[in-house]
Amino acid sequence: MKRTNLEIVGVGGQGILTSSQVIGKAALEKGMDVYMSEVHGMAQRGGVVWTTVKIGEKVYSPLIGSGEADALLSFEPIEVYRALEKASKDTWIVTNISPIVPFTVSVGKEEYPDVDEMFADLEERSDKLLKIDAEKLAKEAGAAITQNIVMIGALTATEVLPVSKEEIIASIERQVPEKFVDINKKAFELGYEEAKQQMNE
Amino acid sequence: MKELLEDEPGKKILLLGNEAIVRGALEGGIGHGSTYPGTPSSEIGNTFEKIAKDYGMYFEYSANEKVALETAAAAAASGRRAMAWMKHVGVNVAADALMTLMYSGVRGGLVIVAAGDPSMHSSQNEQDNRYYSLLGNIPMLEPTTPQEAKEMVKYGFSLSEELELPVLIRTTTRVNHARGVVTFDEIKEPADIGHFDKDPARFVAVPQNSVKNHPKLLEKMGKAEEITEESDFTKVYESQEPELKVISSGAGFNYIYEAKEEKDLPISILKVGMSNPLPEKKISEFIRDAERVLVVEELEPFLEDKVKALAKDVNPDLEIYGKHTGHFSKLYEYDPDRINEALSKLMEVDPGKEPLDVKEYELPSRPPSLCPGCPHRATYYAVKKALKGDEAVYSSDIGCYTLGIQDPLNATDYLLCMGSSVGAAGGFSKNTDQQVFAFLGDSTFFHSGLPGLVSGHYNQHDFVYVIMDNRTTAMTGHQPHPGTGKTGMGDPAPMASIEDLARGAGIEFVETVDPYDIEKTIQVFKDALEHDGISVVVPKHPCALIEQRQVNWEKFQVDQDECKQCHICTNQLGCIALVRDGDKVHIDETLCVGCSQCAQVCPFDAIERGVEQ
Repeated sequence: MKRTNLEIVGVGGQGILTSSQVIGKAALEKGMDVYMSEVHGMAQRGGVVWTTVKIGEKVYSPLIGSGEADALLSFEPIEVYRALEKASKDTWIVTNISPIVPFTVSVGKEEYPDVDEMFADLEERSDKLLKIDAEKLAKEAGAAITQNIVMIGALTATEVLPVSKEEIIASIERQVPEKFVDINKKAFELGYEEAKQQMNE
Repeated sequence: MKELLEDEPGKKILLLGNEAIVRGALEGGIGHGSTYPGTPSSEIGNTFEKIAKDYGMYFEYSANEKVALETAAAAAASGRRAMAWMKHVGVNVAADALMTLMYSGVRGGLVIVAAGDPSMHSSQNEQDNRYYSLLGNIPMLEPTTPQEAKEMVKYGFSLSEELELPVLIRTTTRVNHARGVVTFDEIKEPADIGHFDKDPARFVAVPQNSVKNHPKLLEKMGKAEEITEESDFTKVYESQEPELKVISSGAGFNYIYEAKEEKDLPISILKVGMSNPLPEKKISEFIRDAERVLVVEELEPFLEDKVKALAKDVNPDLEIYGKHTGHFSKLYEYDPDRINEALSKLMEVDPGKEPLDVKEYELPSRPPSLCPGCPHRATYYAVKKALKGDEAVYSSDIGCYTLGIQDPLNATDYLLCMGSSVGAAGGFSKNTDQQVFAFLGDSTFFHSGLPGLVSGHYNQHDFVYVIMDNRTTAMTGHQPHPGTGKTGMGDPAPMASIEDLARGAGIEFVETVDPYDIEKTIQVFKDALEHDGISVVVPKHPCALIEQRQVNWEKFQVDQDECKQCHICTNQLGCIALVRDGDKVHIDETLCVGCSQCAQVCPFDAIERGVEQ
């Protein structure tokens, strides 16, 4: 069985650790080996957060090298760029398009690049880019906080994961408090549908 | 986390390395656990906090790592299995106790987990703590995965009892913060309450006793030299006709093992699990007939130097590659790329997939920052206002408030370690003509801010000592401390008063103020600056992350008709909820918590409660 490598990136507070655990636990439930690497501590105060999730029959290390990601899931548009060295032309790149402006930009010290131009460039080099408006879809599902689940839905649609849609949904059900399950399932479906639609275009 | 208490041998579960360490302690029958929180070790304590009572052990957050180790040492001297854990630099704090504890040793097993942080994800340095094992003659185990961390902690107790010595378990971030599949073994009942059988010749480290106990330590380490040769944690991963041999330990092993297995490389690997004492016979045997050996270990050439020394006797022609040959660097953590790069200099290696070739953009940096509503931000703002543009030296400390280093606050000029703000502030005050501030938090004050205060007052230092009391140990995940009125096991506790401690040290100027009242806080700092000697100011307000769980304040908005675009709010206060759009400023409603700091600093009353229409 081939090993599956995921790199999940974003900003502290976006639910990145929860997302990686939803995927990791779904794989473990299916009897696969899982090895993940997480960021805890200082960076969680609004800094860059990234996790690696590796799934396979046997996984030996918690990190991946350049070009090795089968999927790069980004919760923020410029963070996908920061992590691009992990991607090759075979990598599914699934990114949220709503920016979180760093304070270095808010205080006028640095500039936020032109996202449209960045994505146009990226589209020329990768045929596997999905741009998801997670904020819009999460609000549609009923809570802006479910953006991470929208993104997991979109990632699942690429079928890069060695677990099925149903298995991911079951993992979400096990991990979110009962009263939020329906909202999260809706968020998942909206992300999934959006990605499928883009893949068919 | 109650899942960790399930006594279901064979069950497989996805655990963070730190949770696996806790499980190992439960399978080993721990009776006492103590720590001071520090990344990447913090989740060990966070986990014990939730389960210690149910399991039936004693757990405490000690005021610092030295106290944590001393309490654990006494538990072990009383026959109880005990564990103390801390980040790598925490061992520096505990080292005074540790070096002499090795002479007297233990009765119940004592495991010390020292969590290193190569690449300094959350640390001030990346010192290689393996050298402590040589400095103190401490038996040491180095896990490579969460599963192995669990096994080593459990084994560590019995090894410690066999040798009657504490055992050091040296981890790094990619073990503590890796999450992997861990298989449960049986849980052991917690150790019974202990009894200290007196033995002054052993446990009282006066010179006449230490003179006799040092040789006993060496004798015990002689026994450890035999044990390490038999250790199951040290393994050879053979290859039929190896082109290269590899010796490795710690997290770096994972990447070389992965390369061997997945790229099918003709390399034999000796993984050293017990790395002090090193299995010299095993290593000698491994290198005796080899032509080339690559040593894979993060940070310092701890193994490499030893391999060099052993090769001199058994294989002087051996080519040894590592840090001394430039195949690896002493800097930062390893990853698959770095292993590939080193290997490709020595043999043919599949370089893997080509990374996407994309246009380079200058991406804005995204350093961590003080949260919206953080009381520290208001404190820094008030200090700057009280100084009215005068220069001052800001001697800071370890905690969230170190983030005052960022724009626009720029309130951090000098920092070494936990508690250094105070001593350094005194040094600046005696050796310069500059105005000096020391900044540290409540938990750091209890950790190591007190001696500097007493010493500074005695030596008549002159600075403003700002103890930013947010009622928690915020940066590491909100652990309780001696000022919070709650113990690590969730029981009520007496509350230490920072103000009373300062007055007790003889400080005359002690003022407490709520930094959310910015005008008043500015006035307190102005008064403090007028005072000769050390003036203690305690800006006291709960951590915004905690307070926001309990309140629901209406958020603020900028009235664009009233805003004169003076940018005092963004350029002097710099809350991350204030977003510049050209010259306009607006408030990000998803970030704003309604703390009112920006409204207070706005000279035109242009910021008011309510959501932008």
